[in-house]
Amino acid sequence: MNDVQQQIESFRPMLMRLALLQLRNQAWAEDAVSEAMLAAIEGVGSFSQRSKLQTWVVGILKYKVLDQLRLHQRECAYAATDDDDAIEDAVYVPNGHFRDLPDTWDPPAQALQQSQFLSVLEACMDALPGQLGRVFLMREWLEFDTAEICQELGLSSTNVWQMLSRARLRLRQCLQVNWFNHSTP
Amino acid sequence: RSCRDVSALVLAREDRRLNWSERLAIRVHFMICKACPRFEQQVRTMRGALDMWRSYRNGEED
Repeated sequence: MNDVQQQIESFRPMLMRLALLQLRNQAWAEDAVSEAMLAAIEGVGSFSQRSKLQTWVVGILKYKVLDQLRLHQRECAYAATDDDDAIEDAVYVPNGHFRDLPDTWDPPAQALQQSQFLSVLEACMDALPGQLGRVFLMREWLEFDTAEICQELGLSSTNVWQMLSRARLRLRQCLQVNWFNHSTP
Repeated sequence: RSCRDVSALVLAREDRRLNWSERLAIRVHFMICKACPRFEQQVRTMRGALDMWRSYRNGEED
């Protein structure tokens, strides 16, 4: 195994983490990562070094993840839950006002703090339930627009917008509890 | 509109282009509300964090 192949092999845990975050299914994620690594090792001759090796491999993984989403599209149904209403009820009172005045969020400035903040952010994305998380990651990691998400998952645009809003509201709540409540003096 | 409606529009703006009446509703509401501009600041912080996370995970920055 040459240096580049070893380097690609060393990306496996990171690729697995990303694939799981998007697919929320261990078997699908393993398939996507295996196929991505195989494609990267076979195609390493076409790697132009204009980008970093990791960026190139992650780009391949995105296509393999999308293949898995297409393959399992019918298993990815979403139903709104009482939990979604509970999140909204935690934020607003019945007349539509905020239950509590939102805090001013100071984004972390130091590199170490930034790294810890990104870990919390990723954990919060990980905590998004099933299909809500898939749709959110398609938007924020795969960088699909809503029309593309609708097409890939067979959902209406209204449904996708509603899911993305719910995901963002959950993410906000999670960051408030797990980061900003601890970082304010 | 209520804070619930306006903050929903602030979130929706992340994923679609708002029409003129929705944009106007936000501007008018922000004149009389202390909470919603803070909510908007939180959404902007999340936007920056998500962009930073994506760059980091894509290996585009050290």
